Amino acid sequence: MAKLEKANSVGEWLDQRLATTKLTKVMMTEYWIPKDINFLWAMGVVLMVTFKLLIISGIFLLMYYKPDVNMAFDSVNFTIMQDVAYGWLFRHIHGVAASVVFLVMYIHMFTGIYYGSYKRGREMIWISGMLLFVLFSAEAFSGYMLPWGQMSYWAAYVITNIFGGIPFIGDELVVWIRGNFYVSDATLTRFFMLHVFLVPLAIIGAIALHFYALRIPHVNNQKGEEIDFEEEANKYKAGNKKRSKVIPFWPVFLSKDIFVLSAFLIFFFYLVFYHYNFAMDPVNFDPADGLKTPAHIYPEWYFLWSYEVLRGFFFDIAGIKAADLGLIAFGIAQVVFMLMPWLDRSPTVAPANQRPYFRVWFWLMLVVLIVLTVYGKLPPTGTNAWIGFYASIAFLLLFVALPFLTAKEAKVGGK
Amino acid sequence: MADKSRRAFMGNVLAGVAGVGAVASLYAMKKTWDPLPSVVSAGFTTVDMTQLEAGKLEVIKWRGKPVFLLKHSADVKKDPARDVVIGNESYTVVIGLCTHLGCIPSWQNDKQIFHCACHGGTYDVHAKNTFGPPPRPLDIPPFAIKGTSLTLGEEGPEYKKMAQA
Repeated sequence: MAKLEKANSVGEWLDQRLATTKLTKVMMTEYWIPKDINFLWAMGVVLMVTFKLLIISGIFLLMYYKPDVNMAFDSVNFTIMQDVAYGWLFRHIHGVAASVVFLVMYIHMFTGIYYGSYKRGREMIWISGMLLFVLFSAEAFSGYMLPWGQMSYWAAYVITNIFGGIPFIGDELVVWIRGNFYVSDATLTRFFMLHVFLVPLAIIGAIALHFYALRIPHVNNQKGEEIDFEEEANKYKAGNKKRSKVIPFWPVFLSKDIFVLSAFLIFFFYLVFYHYNFAMDPVNFDPADGLKTPAHIYPEWYFLWSYEVLRGFFFDIAGIKAADLGLIAFGIAQVVFMLMPWLDRSPTVAPANQRPYFRVWFWLMLVVLIVLTVYGKLPPTGTNAWIGFYASIAFLLLFVALPFLTAKEAKVGGK
Repeated sequence: MADKSRRAFMGNVLAGVAGVGAVASLYAMKKTWDPLPSVVSAGFTTVDMTQLEAGKLEVIKWRGKPVFLLKHSADVKKDPARDVVIGNESYTVVIGLCTHLGCIPSWQNDKQIFHCACHGGTYDVHAKNTFGPPPRPLDIPPFAIKGTSLTLGEEGPEYKKMAQA
């Protein structure tokens, strides 16, 4: 221990022991963000706040929720919704935030794809981000089971059944995951554990990794310009704030972020108070019944695109069963975005609209995902089934084409 | 040199003990997720088939699903690919969930059909689909014949023969 002098204030006392001054510099006032960004760069902070809303509302729901097949439905729909003061508020915040968090995540993801923020040293940011997407999906699925309504039950039934498609161990795996031969009390209680403890813990860890991954390559900017952060930071610190290409995270970057966040929260609470119904499926207000399948089973909107890829293949091709084809395509769809940094063969980091081929790919991908999302909700009959099939094929082909397109673009010379 | 090999030995011992501990922990965790013994034993349901009345549908619950037991009357044509035969009697034994979307069909004895109210699918007395959207006959659960009773959940030789065909 170094020689300690008497502290003159609480701040100084803490600084001696925790190096708070240095910590603030490293984390806040000397963490440099490029100036050349727009409101889309605020989505990270928006996501962080939405996640906090989920945790806080979740804590209050947890005080009255009962993870038992005989009590779960009533504990949500009667105790929380009718008896607990403001229970409805926390449930609606939780439900709406679960939906909105995916909307913002998709915007965040496609911002990254559009500006090429997944390559040239930023691969780990992208991978940790996609890992977060997978974890949030697991969190959404396990949480959807808890109210133990009809959709909860049958979503759990269909999704756990998907594991039955894995060769050799499939059937045993499904029973193992469920803890029973069918979705039952054991299933509900273990998914409750995953939802309130293990998956959130993993999410918090992955968020830490995601933030840390930003430190070395730094945040990208609107032009994909390579910035010498040290030099620009020195300019800023020397008082040449106008000429410097960077700003400190706190207070400059966050002050703009907080503005975007405020706009977002107005929208968010408008949904919570006046339009929460989109996040509350009416079918889920019937208690779970393992002997009665709802006429149409569909996931929440944010899973529709991958659900449509799963069921897009409705006939056998080359001796491979339709169900297996769908499962393979679904498996690919879950991981393929993670490979973006390697599928994009062009070294250019630039917005998509400045890249002649990638621009086309980007907008086509967005259209295909919207088509898949829309048709994922419709019953898979007649023309709908065919549109789903072709959209699923298009989705896969776009990823097959991506390396060739971008390699060619690199030769032609983007920009 | 001796020092080095001693350190390597210590390292190997540590890695070995930690490795055994890790494998043992994973095994325990895996087993904790397994279905409980009570659940596994409840996965096997035995019914005495002699108590069934011809033409009257009996529905029992097996692994959370309804199972149809139907004793055929004497005039029903035999179907060796679908019928469960015990002694001289033949039975339809199927999981009672419509293969279209999982609704529970009802038995109409006068017409000798299973009728699904959800989308109008029908099945004959052997539970083979005859009309409407169902893509295949009702599924036959694994069964084993033991004297005059039937154990659901166990794969007997008669079931294996049926499943292979």
